Amino acid sequence: MNILTYDFMIRAMLAAVFTGLAAPAIGTYLVQRRLSLMGDGIGHVAVTGVAVGLLTNTSPTITAVATAIVAGVLIEVIRDAGKTSGDVALALLFYGGIAGGVLITGIAGQSAATLNRYLFGSIASIRPGDVWVTIGLAAVVIVLAIGLSPQLFAVAQDAEFAKVAGLNVRLYNLLVSVMAAVTVTVAMRTVGLLLVSALMVVPVATAQQFTRGFRTTIVLAMALGSVASLGGVIVSGYVEEAAPGATIVLLALGGFVLAWPIGVLLRRRRWQATPFPESGDDFEVQSSHTAVPETHPHEHGPDCGHQAVPHGDHIDYVHDGHRHAAHGGHYDEH
Amino acid sequence: MQVVTIRDGAVELGGRPVLRGIDLSISDGEVVAVLGANGSGKSTLVRTMMGLVPTVRGTVELFGVPLRDFKEHSRVGFVPQRATAAAGVPASVNEVVSSGRLSRRRIGAPVRRVDREAIRDAIAAVELTDRTHDSVSLLSGGQQQRVLIARALAGEPELLVLDEPTAGVDLASQQTFAEVLKALIARGTTIVLVAHEMGPIEPLVGRSVVMRDGRVVHDGAPIASIGDAHHDDHHHPELTRPVDYLPGVRTPLDRR
Repeated sequence: MNILTYDFMIRAMLAAVFTGLAAPAIGTYLVQRRLSLMGDGIGHVAVTGVAVGLLTNTSPTITAVATAIVAGVLIEVIRDAGKTSGDVALALLFYGGIAGGVLITGIAGQSAATLNRYLFGSIASIRPGDVWVTIGLAAVVIVLAIGLSPQLFAVAQDAEFAKVAGLNVRLYNLLVSVMAAVTVTVAMRTVGLLLVSALMVVPVATAQQFTRGFRTTIVLAMALGSVASLGGVIVSGYVEEAAPGATIVLLALGGFVLAWPIGVLLRRRRWQATPFPESGDDFEVQSSHTAVPETHPHEHGPDCGHQAVPHGDHIDYVHDGHRHAAHGGHYDEH
Repeated sequence: MQVVTIRDGAVELGGRPVLRGIDLSISDGEVVAVLGANGSGKSTLVRTMMGLVPTVRGTVELFGVPLRDFKEHSRVGFVPQRATAAAGVPASVNEVVSSGRLSRRRIGAPVRRVDREAIRDAIAAVELTDRTHDSVSLLSGGQQQRVLIARALAGEPELLVLDEPTAGVDLASQQTFAEVLKALIARGTTIVLVAHEMGPIEPLVGRSVVMRDGRVVHDGAPIASIGDAHHDDHHHPELTRPVDYLPGVRTPLDRR
Protein backbone atom coordinates (compact mmCIF):
# COMPACT_ATOMS: atom_id res chain seq x y z
CA MET A 1 0.00 0.00 0.00
CA ASN A 2 1.30 3.42 -0.84
CA ILE A 3 -0.07 5.74 1.78
CA LEU A 4 0.91 8.77 -0.24
CA THR A 5 -1.90 8.04 -2.67
CA TYR A 6 -4.45 8.95 -0.02
CA ASP A 7 -5.26 12.66 0.19
CA PHE A 8 -6.08 12.45 3.88
CA MET A 9 -2.65 10.97 4.58
CA ILE A 10 -0.89 13.86 2.81
CA ARG A 11 -3.01 16.28 4.82
CA ALA A 12 -2.27 14.45 8.06
CA MET A 13 1.46 14.42 7.36
CA LEU A 14 1.52 18.14 6.59
CA ALA A 15 -0.41 18.89 9.77
CA ALA A 16 1.91 16.59 11.73
CA VAL A 17 5.10 18.32 10.56
CA PHE A 18 3.82 21.78 11.47
CA THR A 19 2.42 20.58 14.79
CA GLY A 20 5.70 18.84 15.54
CA LEU A 21 7.59 22.09 14.91
CA ALA A 22 5.24 24.41 16.80
CA ALA A 23 4.66 22.33 19.95
CA PRO A 24 8.32 22.07 21.08
CA ALA A 25 8.98 25.70 20.04
CA ILE A 26 6.48 26.99 22.57
CA GLY A 27 7.13 24.06 24.92
CA THR A 28 10.76 25.19 25.36
CA TYR A 29 9.58 28.44 26.98
CA LEU A 30 7.16 26.52 29.22
CA VAL A 31 9.93 24.17 30.35
CA GLN A 32 12.27 27.14 30.86
CA ARG A 33 9.67 28.70 33.17
CA ARG A 34 9.16 25.30 34.86
CA LEU A 35 5.54 25.17 33.68
CA SER A 36 5.88 21.87 31.84
CA LEU A 37 2.34 20.81 32.69
CA MET A 38 0.68 23.98 31.48
CA GLY A 39 -0.02 22.49 28.04
CA ASP A 40 -1.70 19.59 29.79
CA GLY A 41 -3.94 21.95 31.75
CA ILE A 42 -4.97 23.87 28.65
CA GLY A 43 -5.63 20.59 26.84
CA HIS A 44 -7.97 19.38 29.60
CA VAL A 45 -9.98 22.60 29.52
CA ALA A 46 -10.15 22.50 25.73
CA VAL A 47 -12.11 19.23 26.08
CA THR A 48 -15.00 21.35 27.32
CA GLY A 49 -14.55 23.56 24.27
CA VAL A 50 -14.81 20.57 21.93
CA ALA A 51 -17.96 19.40 23.73
CA VAL A 52 -19.54 22.82 23.40
CA GLY A 53 -18.82 22.66 19.67
CA LEU A 54 -20.50 19.24 19.46
CA LEU A 55 -23.49 20.47 21.46
CA THR A 56 -24.04 23.63 19.44
CA ASN A 57 -23.24 21.97 16.11
CA THR A 58 -20.49 24.49 15.40
CA SER A 59 -16.90 23.63 14.55
CA PRO A 60 -15.28 21.98 17.57
CA THR A 61 -11.96 23.46 16.43
CA ILE A 62 -13.21 27.02 16.81
CA THR A 63 -14.86 26.47 20.19
CA ALA A 64 -11.74 24.59 21.36
CA VAL A 65 -9.43 27.45 20.30
CA ALA A 66 -11.61 29.96 22.14
CA THR A 67 -11.84 27.86 25.31
CA ALA A 68 -8.13 27.05 25.25
CA ILE A 69 -7.20 30.73 24.98
CA VAL A 70 -9.50 31.60 27.89
CA ALA A 71 -7.90 28.77 29.88
CA GLY A 72 -4.38 29.91 28.98
CA VAL A 73 -5.08 33.48 30.04
CA LEU A 74 -6.80 32.29 33.24
CA ILE A 75 -3.83 30.07 34.16
CA GLU A 76 -1.45 32.97 33.56
CA VAL A 77 -3.56 35.37 35.65
CA ILE A 78 -3.76 32.86 38.52
CA ARG A 79 -0.03 32.20 38.33
CA ASP A 80 0.80 35.90 38.24
CA ALA A 81 -1.48 36.83 41.12
CA GLY A 82 -0.76 33.81 43.31
CA LYS A 83 3.04 34.01 43.02
CA THR A 84 4.27 30.49 43.62
CA SER A 85 1.31 28.49 44.91
CA GLY A 86 -0.97 28.32 41.90
CA ASP A 87 -0.69 24.58 41.37
CA VAL A 88 -3.84 23.52 43.23
CA ALA A 89 -5.86 26.24 41.51
CA LEU A 90 -4.53 24.91 38.20
CA ALA A 91 -5.53 21.37 39.16
CA LEU A 92 -9.09 22.55 39.86
CA LEU A 93 -9.18 24.03 36.37
CA PHE A 94 -7.92 20.78 34.79
CA TYR A 95 -10.56 18.58 36.42
CA GLY A 96 -13.35 21.05 35.80
CA GLY A 97 -12.39 21.13 32.12
CA ILE A 98 -12.39 17.41 31.52
CA ALA A 99 -15.49 16.73 33.65
CA GLY A 100 -17.37 19.51 31.87
CA GLY A 101 -16.30 18.09 28.51
CA VAL A 102 -17.51 14.57 29.27
CA LEU A 103 -20.81 15.85 30.69
CA ILE A 104 -21.59 18.21 27.81
CA THR A 105 -20.66 15.57 25.22
CA GLY A 106 -23.21 13.25 26.82
CA ILE A 107 -25.86 15.98 26.84
CA ALA A 108 -25.11 16.62 23.16
CA GLY A 109 -26.03 12.98 22.52
CA GLN A 110 -22.56 12.17 21.16
CA SER A 111 -20.77 8.93 21.93
CA ALA A 112 -17.50 8.61 23.77
CA ALA A 113 -16.00 7.50 20.48
CA THR A 114 -16.61 10.95 19.01
CA LEU A 115 -14.86 12.60 21.94
CA ASN A 116 -12.05 10.05 21.67
CA ARG A 117 -11.13 11.44 18.25
CA TYR A 118 -10.27 14.73 19.90
CA LEU A 119 -8.72 13.23 23.02
CA PHE A 120 -6.24 10.99 21.23
CA GLY A 121 -6.12 12.30 17.65
CA SER A 122 -7.56 10.84 14.49
CA ILE A 123 -5.91 11.51 11.16
CA ALA A 124 -8.86 10.30 9.09
CA SER A 125 -11.03 13.06 10.55
CA ILE A 126 -8.79 15.88 9.32
CA ARG A 127 -10.69 17.74 6.62
CA PRO A 128 -9.01 19.91 3.95
CA GLY A 129 -10.16 23.11 5.68
CA ASP A 130 -8.72 21.92 9.01
CA VAL A 131 -5.31 21.31 7.56
CA TRP A 132 -4.89 24.87 6.30
CA VAL A 133 -6.05 26.29 9.63
CA THR A 134 -3.58 23.98 11.40
CA ILE A 135 -0.69 24.99 9.15
CA GLY A 136 -1.54 28.70 9.35
CA LEU A 137 -1.83 28.79 13.15
CA ALA A 138 1.26 26.64 13.64
CA ALA A 139 3.24 28.92 11.33
CA VAL A 140 2.21 31.98 13.36
CA VAL A 141 3.31 30.25 16.58
CA ILE A 142 6.65 29.22 15.06
CA VAL A 143 7.37 32.72 13.67
CA LEU A 144 6.54 34.39 16.99
CA ALA A 145 8.43 31.83 19.09
CA ILE A 146 11.57 32.26 16.98
CA GLY A 147 11.23 35.95 16.07
CA LEU A 148 10.66 37.09 19.64
CA SER A 149 13.11 34.59 21.11
CA PRO A 150 15.48 37.19 22.65
CA GLN A 151 12.58 38.82 24.51
CA LEU A 152 10.76 35.59 25.43
CA PHE A 153 14.05 34.05 26.59
CA ALA A 154 14.88 37.02 28.81
CA VAL A 155 11.41 37.08 30.39
CA ALA A 156 11.37 33.34 31.05
CA GLN A 157 14.95 33.34 32.38
CA ASP A 158 14.56 36.23 34.83
CA ALA A 159 11.27 38.18 34.89
CA GLU A 160 12.53 40.87 37.27
CA PHE A 161 15.58 41.65 35.21
CA ALA A 162 13.43 41.76 32.06
CA LYS A 163 11.06 44.21 33.71
CA VAL A 164 13.88 46.57 34.68
CA ALA A 165 15.18 46.30 31.11
CA GLY A 166 11.87 47.75 29.95
CA LEU A 167 10.20 44.59 28.63
CA ASN A 168 6.47 44.24 29.21
CA VAL A 169 6.76 41.03 31.21
CA ARG A 170 3.03 40.52 31.70
CA LEU A 171 2.33 40.92 27.99
CA TYR A 172 5.04 38.44 26.98
CA ASN A 173 3.82 35.90 29.55
CA LEU A 174 0.28 36.26 28.24
CA LEU A 175 1.57 35.83 24.71
CA VAL A 176 3.26 32.55 25.69
CA SER A 177 0.00 31.36 27.27
CA VAL A 178 -2.05 32.24 24.22
CA MET A 179 0.50 30.62 21.89
CA ALA A 180 0.42 27.48 24.07
CA ALA A 181 -3.38 27.47 23.84
CA VAL A 182 -3.30 27.81 20.06
CA THR A 183 -0.71 25.04 19.79
CA VAL A 184 -2.83 22.71 21.91
CA THR A 185 -5.81 23.12 19.60
CA VAL A 186 -3.66 22.89 16.52
CA ALA A 187 -2.29 19.57 17.77
CA MET A 188 -5.75 18.31 18.71
CA ARG A 189 -6.37 16.48 15.42
CA THR A 190 -3.03 14.68 15.31
CA VAL A 191 -1.86 14.08 18.89
CA GLY A 192 -5.12 14.71 20.74
CA LEU A 193 -5.85 16.96 23.68
CA LEU A 194 -4.74 14.55 26.40
CA LEU A 195 -1.35 13.81 24.87
CA VAL A 196 -0.48 17.17 23.29
CA SER A 197 1.57 18.29 26.28
CA ALA A 198 3.96 15.39 25.66
CA LEU A 199 4.84 16.81 22.25
CA MET A 200 5.56 20.17 23.94
CA VAL A 201 7.78 18.76 26.67
CA VAL A 202 9.36 15.43 25.65
CA PRO A 203 11.38 16.72 22.64
CA VAL A 204 12.72 19.54 24.85
CA ALA A 205 13.77 17.05 27.51
CA THR A 206 15.46 14.93 24.83
CA ALA A 207 17.26 17.91 23.29
CA GLN A 208 18.54 18.99 26.71
CA GLN A 209 20.51 15.75 26.99
CA PHE A 210 22.91 17.05 24.36
CA THR A 211 22.78 20.83 24.47
CA ARG A 212 24.49 23.55 26.47
CA GLY A 213 22.63 26.57 25.15
CA PHE A 214 19.07 27.75 24.63
CA ARG A 215 19.18 28.29 20.88
CA THR A 216 20.48 24.80 20.15
CA THR A 217 17.91 23.33 22.56
CA ILE A 218 14.91 24.94 20.87
CA VAL A 219 16.12 24.11 17.35
CA LEU A 220 16.93 20.48 18.20
CA ALA A 221 13.62 20.09 20.06
CA MET A 222 11.71 21.33 17.01
CA ALA A 223 13.57 18.89 14.76
CA LEU A 224 12.90 15.98 17.13
CA GLY A 225 9.25 17.00 17.50
CA SER A 226 8.58 17.07 13.77
CA VAL A 227 10.34 13.74 13.23
CA ALA A 228 8.32 12.04 15.99
CA SER A 229 5.13 13.65 14.78
CA LEU A 230 5.62 12.68 11.15
CA GLY A 231 6.79 9.20 12.10
CA GLY A 232 3.74 8.64 14.30
CA VAL A 233 1.32 9.63 11.56
CA ILE A 234 3.04 7.39 9.01
CA VAL A 235 2.99 4.39 11.38
CA SER A 236 -0.66 4.96 12.13
CA GLY A 237 -1.32 5.23 8.39
CA TYR A 238 -0.01 1.68 7.91
CA VAL A 239 -1.40 0.20 11.12
CA GLU A 240 -5.04 1.11 11.34
CA GLU A 241 -5.33 0.12 15.00
CA ALA A 242 -2.53 2.48 16.11
CA ALA A 243 -3.97 5.82 17.27
CA PRO A 244 -1.74 8.61 15.88
CA GLY A 245 -1.50 10.48 19.20
CA ALA A 246 -0.27 7.46 21.12
CA THR A 247 2.19 6.52 18.38
CA ILE A 248 3.63 10.05 18.18
CA VAL A 249 4.09 10.28 21.93
CA LEU A 250 5.65 6.83 22.22
CA LEU A 251 8.07 7.65 19.39
CA ALA A 252 9.05 10.89 21.15
CA LEU A 253 9.49 9.03 24.43
CA GLY A 254 11.56 6.39 22.65
CA GLY A 255 13.87 9.16 21.50
CA PHE A 256 14.22 10.34 25.07
CA VAL A 257 15.00 6.84 26.34
CA LEU A 258 17.76 6.53 23.74
CA ALA A 259 19.15 10.00 24.44
CA TRP A 260 19.12 9.82 28.21
CA PRO A 261 22.09 7.49 28.83
CA ILE A 262 24.14 9.50 26.33
CA GLY A 263 23.19 12.67 28.20
CA VAL A 264 24.22 11.12 31.52
CA LEU A 265 27.57 10.17 30.01
CA LEU A 266 28.11 13.63 28.47
CA ARG A 267 27.29 15.41 31.75
CA ARG A 268 29.58 13.07 33.69
CA ARG A 269 32.45 13.75 31.29
CA ARG A 270 31.84 17.50 31.40
CA TRP A 271 31.73 17.41 35.20
CA GLN A 272 34.99 15.47 35.39
CA ALA A 273 36.73 17.96 33.10
CA THR A 274 35.44 20.96 35.08
CA PRO A 275 38.44 22.92 36.42
CA PHE A 276 39.25 22.48 40.10
CA PRO A 277 38.66 25.74 41.99
CA GLU A 278 41.71 27.61 43.19
CA SER A 279 41.83 27.67 46.97
CA GLY A 280 40.87 31.21 47.87
CA ASP A 281 40.80 31.26 51.66
CA ASP A 282 42.84 33.77 53.59
CA PHE A 283 43.84 31.54 56.49
CA GLU A 284 47.49 31.85 57.32
CA VAL A 285 48.40 28.19 57.31
CA GLN A 286 51.91 27.32 56.22
CA SER A 287 51.73 24.28 54.01
CA SER A 288 54.68 22.87 52.22
CA HIS A 289 53.94 20.84 49.12
CA THR A 290 53.26 17.15 49.31
CA ALA A 291 55.17 15.05 46.83
CA VAL A 292 53.58 11.85 45.59
CA PRO A 293 55.59 9.06 47.16
CA GLU A 294 55.31 6.34 44.50
CA THR A 295 57.40 6.46 41.36
CA HIS A 296 55.64 6.82 38.05
CA PRO A 297 56.00 4.25 35.32
CA HIS A 298 54.88 6.92 32.83
CA GLU A 299 54.73 10.64 32.40
CA HIS A 300 51.32 12.35 32.61
CA GLY A 301 50.41 14.08 29.38
CA PRO A 302 47.60 14.60 26.90
CA ASP A 303 47.74 10.95 25.84
CA CYS A 304 48.37 9.17 29.12
CA GLY A 305 44.72 8.21 29.59
CA HIS A 306 44.28 9.95 32.93
CA GLN A 307 41.64 12.69 33.19
CA ALA A 308 43.33 16.09 32.78
CA VAL A 309 41.66 18.87 34.76
CA PRO A 310 42.75 22.52 34.69
CA HIS A 311 43.67 23.83 38.15
CA GLY A 312 44.69 27.48 38.22
CA ASP A 313 47.76 27.91 35.99
CA HIS A 314 48.50 24.20 35.57
CA ILE A 315 46.92 20.81 34.90
CA ASP A 316 46.05 18.19 37.51
CA TYR A 317 45.88 14.56 36.38
CA VAL A 318 43.34 12.39 38.19
CA HIS A 319 45.13 9.13 39.03
CA ASP A 320 43.44 6.52 41.24
CA GLY A 321 41.55 9.19 43.19
CA HIS A 322 44.61 11.43 43.54
CA ARG A 323 45.33 14.71 41.81
CA HIS A 324 48.84 14.71 40.40
CA ALA A 325 50.45 17.97 39.34
CA ALA A 326 53.88 18.08 37.74
CA HIS A 327 56.49 19.83 39.90
CA GLY A 328 60.08 19.76 38.75
CA GLY A 329 61.04 16.11 38.30
CA HIS A 330 58.19 14.66 40.40
CA TYR A 331 54.44 14.95 40.99
CA ASP A 332 52.73 16.83 43.80
CA GLU A 333 49.52 15.81 45.46
CA HIS A 334 46.99 18.61 44.84
CA MET B 1 22.50 65.58 38.70
CA GLN B 2 20.28 63.40 40.88
CA VAL B 3 20.24 59.81 39.67
CA VAL B 4 17.83 58.40 42.25
CA THR B 5 15.40 60.47 44.28
CA ILE B 6 12.87 59.07 46.74
CA ARG B 7 10.67 61.52 48.65
CA ASP B 8 8.56 60.34 51.58
CA GLY B 9 8.47 56.86 50.06
CA ALA B 10 6.36 54.15 51.67
CA VAL B 11 5.82 50.54 50.61
CA GLU B 12 3.27 48.01 51.83
CA LEU B 13 3.27 44.30 51.04
CA GLY B 14 -0.12 42.66 51.55
CA GLY B 15 -1.32 45.51 53.76
CA ARG B 16 1.71 45.44 56.07
CA PRO B 17 3.90 48.51 56.08
CA VAL B 18 7.39 47.50 54.97
CA LEU B 19 9.10 50.79 54.15
CA ARG B 20 8.06 54.20 55.37
CA GLY B 21 9.36 57.75 55.51
CA ILE B 22 12.12 57.08 52.98
CA ASP B 23 13.90 60.22 51.80
CA LEU B 24 16.91 59.36 49.73
CA SER B 25 18.80 61.17 47.05
CA ILE B 26 21.74 59.69 45.19
CA SER B 27 23.77 61.83 42.81
CA ASP B 28 25.81 61.10 39.75
CA GLY B 29 28.90 58.99 40.41
CA GLU B 30 28.14 58.05 44.01
CA VAL B 31 28.90 54.57 45.34
CA VAL B 32 26.29 53.72 47.96
CA ALA B 33 26.08 50.60 50.11
CA VAL B 34 22.66 49.76 51.55
CA LEU B 35 23.15 47.81 54.77
CA GLY B 36 20.83 46.23 57.29
CA ALA B 37 19.76 42.99 58.92
CA ASN B 38 17.50 40.44 57.26
CA GLY B 39 13.99 41.84 57.00
CA SER B 40 15.14 45.44 57.50
CA GLY B 41 13.84 46.40 54.05
CA LYS B 42 17.16 46.95 52.27
CA SER B 43 16.24 44.68 49.38
CA THR B 44 12.75 46.20 49.15
CA LEU B 45 14.37 49.63 48.98
CA VAL B 46 16.41 48.88 45.87
CA ARG B 47 13.53 46.96 44.30
CA THR B 48 11.38 50.04 44.84
CA MET B 49 13.99 52.13 43.00
CA MET B 50 13.76 49.67 40.09
CA GLY B 51 9.97 49.88 39.96
CA LEU B 52 9.55 46.23 40.95
CA VAL B 53 7.62 47.12 44.11
CA PRO B 54 4.90 49.80 43.98
CA THR B 55 4.95 52.64 46.50
CA VAL B 56 1.80 53.52 48.42
CA ARG B 57 2.98 57.05 49.14
CA GLY B 58 5.63 59.47 47.98
CA THR B 59 7.54 59.69 44.72
CA VAL B 60 10.42 57.79 43.15
CA GLU B 61 12.43 59.38 40.34
CA LEU B 62 15.24 58.01 38.17
CA PHE B 63 17.37 60.62 36.40
CA GLY B 64 14.80 63.26 37.38
CA VAL B 65 11.90 61.41 35.75
CA PRO B 66 9.07 59.85 37.81
CA LEU B 67 9.26 56.04 37.57
CA ARG B 68 5.89 55.83 35.83
CA ASP B 69 7.17 57.94 32.92
CA PHE B 70 10.72 56.57 32.91
CA LYS B 71 11.47 55.07 29.51
CA GLU B 72 15.28 55.21 29.19
CA HIS B 73 15.69 51.69 30.52
CA SER B 74 19.15 51.28 29.04
CA ARG B 75 20.50 53.82 31.55
CA VAL B 76 19.79 51.39 34.39
CA GLY B 77 21.38 48.02 35.10
CA PHE B 78 19.98 45.68 37.73
CA VAL B 79 21.48 42.58 39.31
CA PRO B 80 18.69 40.82 41.21
CA GLN B 81 19.30 38.57 44.18
CA ARG B 82 19.42 35.06 42.79
CA ALA B 83 20.61 31.72 44.05
CA THR B 84 21.23 30.68 40.44
CA ALA B 85 21.35 32.15 36.95
CA ALA B 86 19.92 28.94 35.49
CA ALA B 87 16.31 28.08 34.54
CA GLY B 88 14.54 24.95 33.29
CA VAL B 89 16.33 24.87 29.92
CA PRO B 90 20.11 25.09 29.43
CA ALA B 91 21.37 28.58 28.60
CA SER B 92 24.94 29.52 27.78
CA VAL B 93 26.81 32.37 29.47
CA ASN B 94 26.71 34.23 26.16
CA GLU B 95 22.93 33.88 25.87
CA VAL B 96 22.22 35.06 29.41
CA VAL B 97 24.55 38.05 29.06
CA SER B 98 23.00 38.88 25.66
CA SER B 99 19.70 39.57 27.47
CA GLY B 100 21.42 42.60 28.93
CA ARG B 101 21.44 44.26 25.51
CA LEU B 102 17.67 44.06 25.05
CA SER B 103 17.11 47.50 26.55
CA ARG B 104 19.17 48.86 23.64
CA ARG B 105 17.75 46.66 20.87
CA ARG B 106 14.52 47.03 18.94
CA ILE B 107 12.17 44.06 18.77
CA GLY B 108 13.05 41.83 15.83
CA ALA B 109 16.24 43.76 15.04
CA PRO B 110 19.33 41.66 14.39
CA VAL B 111 22.29 41.72 16.78
CA ARG B 112 24.61 44.53 15.73
CA ARG B 113 28.36 44.61 16.02
CA VAL B 114 28.23 47.05 18.95
CA ASP B 115 25.95 44.58 20.75
CA ARG B 116 28.33 41.69 20.20
CA GLU B 117 31.28 43.77 21.36
CA ALA B 118 29.47 44.95 24.49
CA ILE B 119 28.49 41.35 25.33
CA ARG B 120 32.06 40.14 24.80
CA ASP B 121 33.50 42.98 26.88
CA ALA B 122 31.02 42.35 29.71
CA ILE B 123 31.95 38.66 29.83
CA ALA B 124 35.64 39.57 29.76
CA ALA B 125 35.16 42.09 32.59
CA VAL B 126 33.93 39.34 34.93
CA GLU B 127 36.70 37.01 33.70
CA LEU B 128 34.49 34.32 32.19
CA THR B 129 35.68 34.55 28.57
CA ASP B 130 36.78 30.91 28.56
CA ARG B 131 33.30 29.82 29.72
CA THR B 132 31.37 31.91 27.13
CA HIS B 133 29.64 28.94 25.50
CA ASP B 134 29.24 26.80 28.62
CA SER B 135 25.88 26.27 30.25
CA VAL B 136 25.42 28.58 33.26
CA SER B 137 24.12 25.68 35.33
CA LEU B 138 27.61 24.13 35.25
CA LEU B 139 29.24 27.19 36.83
CA SER B 140 29.89 27.67 40.53
CA GLY B 141 27.65 29.97 42.56
CA GLY B 142 30.17 32.79 42.43
CA GLN B 143 30.62 32.41 38.67
CA GLN B 144 26.84 32.46 38.15
CA GLN B 145 26.67 35.68 40.14
CA ARG B 146 29.36 37.09 37.84
CA VAL B 147 27.21 36.11 34.84
CA LEU B 148 24.33 38.15 36.28
CA ILE B 149 26.68 41.10 36.80
CA ALA B 150 27.94 40.77 33.22
CA ARG B 151 24.33 40.77 31.99
CA ALA B 152 23.77 44.14 33.67
CA LEU B 153 27.12 45.46 32.37
CA ALA B 154 26.28 44.51 28.78
CA GLY B 155 23.65 47.27 28.70
CA GLU B 156 26.37 49.84 29.56
CA PRO B 157 24.26 51.42 32.33
CA GLU B 158 24.84 54.79 34.00
CA LEU B 159 23.23 53.48 37.19
CA LEU B 160 24.03 49.98 38.40
CA VAL B 161 21.93 48.52 41.21
CA LEU B 162 23.01 45.23 42.77
CA ASP B 163 21.00 43.22 45.31
CA GLU B 164 23.41 41.20 47.49
CA PRO B 165 26.02 40.62 44.79
CA THR B 166 28.50 39.15 47.27
CA ALA B 167 26.20 36.86 49.29
CA GLY B 168 27.60 33.34 49.40
CA VAL B 169 30.23 34.15 46.79
CA ASP B 170 33.76 32.75 46.93
CA LEU B 171 36.66 35.09 47.56
CA ALA B 172 38.01 34.89 44.00
CA SER B 173 34.64 36.02 42.61
CA GLN B 174 34.44 38.79 45.22
CA GLN B 175 37.84 40.06 44.12
CA THR B 176 36.80 39.97 40.46
CA PHE B 177 33.69 41.89 41.45
CA ALA B 178 35.79 44.52 43.26
CA GLU B 179 37.92 44.98 40.11
CA VAL B 180 34.77 45.40 37.99
CA LEU B 181 33.46 48.00 40.44
CA LYS B 182 36.76 49.91 40.31
CA ALA B 183 36.57 50.12 36.52
CA LEU B 184 32.96 51.27 36.65
CA ILE B 185 33.70 53.89 39.27
CA ALA B 186 36.53 55.22 37.09
CA ARG B 187 34.02 55.54 34.28
CA GLY B 188 31.68 57.55 36.51
CA THR B 189 28.94 54.94 36.92
CA THR B 190 26.60 55.47 39.87
CA ILE B 191 26.46 52.32 41.99
CA VAL B 192 23.93 51.22 44.61
CA LEU B 193 24.56 47.86 46.20
CA VAL B 194 22.89 45.89 48.95
CA ALA B 195 25.46 44.07 51.00
CA HIS B 196 25.63 41.85 54.01
CA GLU B 197 29.36 41.53 54.16
CA MET B 198 31.53 44.02 52.34
CA GLY B 199 34.77 42.08 51.96
CA PRO B 200 37.06 43.44 49.23
CA ILE B 201 34.58 46.13 48.15
CA GLU B 202 34.73 47.95 51.50
CA PRO B 203 37.29 50.61 50.44
CA LEU B 204 35.34 51.47 47.27
CA VAL B 205 32.14 52.53 49.03
CA GLY B 206 31.65 56.27 49.50
CA ARG B 207 28.40 56.31 51.42
CA SER B 208 26.42 53.96 53.62
CA VAL B 209 22.66 53.80 54.07
CA VAL B 210 21.59 51.62 56.99
CA MET B 211 18.04 50.27 57.07
CA ARG B 212 16.33 49.14 60.27
CA ASP B 213 12.68 48.08 60.51
CA GLY B 214 11.87 49.64 57.15
CA ARG B 215 13.37 53.05 57.86
CA VAL B 216 16.67 54.72 57.11
CA VAL B 217 18.59 54.99 60.40
CA HIS B 218 21.93 56.11 58.98
CA ASP B 219 22.77 57.91 55.78
CA GLY B 220 26.26 59.23 55.35
CA ALA B 221 29.83 58.19 55.93
CA PRO B 222 30.72 54.55 55.22
CA ILE B 223 30.50 52.34 58.27
CA ALA B 224 31.59 48.78 58.82
CA SER B 225 28.94 46.44 57.50
CA ILE B 226 26.66 44.66 59.90
CA GLY B 227 27.88 41.24 58.88
CA ASP B 228 31.43 42.29 59.73
CA ALA B 229 30.35 43.67 63.10
CA HIS B 230 28.72 40.53 64.46
CA HIS B 231 28.91 37.36 62.54
CA ASP B 232 25.79 35.62 63.80
CA ASP B 233 23.63 37.78 61.58
CA HIS B 234 22.77 35.07 59.08
CA HIS B 235 20.77 33.16 61.63
CA HIS B 236 18.05 35.70 62.25
CA PRO B 237 14.72 34.01 61.62
CA GLU B 238 13.05 35.46 58.56
CA LEU B 239 9.65 37.04 58.92
CA THR B 240 7.18 34.65 57.33
CA ARG B 241 3.45 34.52 57.09
CA PRO B 242 1.74 32.10 59.47
CA VAL B 243 1.24 28.69 57.92
CA ASP B 244 -2.30 27.42 57.52
CA TYR B 245 -3.54 24.13 56.17
CA LEU B 246 -5.45 25.46 53.21
CA PRO B 247 -3.73 23.97 50.19
CA GLY B 248 -2.00 26.46 47.97
CA VAL B 249 -5.03 27.95 46.29
CA ARG B 250 -4.65 31.62 45.67
CA THR B 251 -7.16 33.49 43.63
CA PRO B 252 -6.57 36.89 42.10
CA LEU B 253 -8.33 38.30 45.18
CA ASP B 254 -5.65 37.06 47.59
CA ARG B 255 -3.14 39.74 46.73
CA ARG B 256 0.07 39.64 48.64
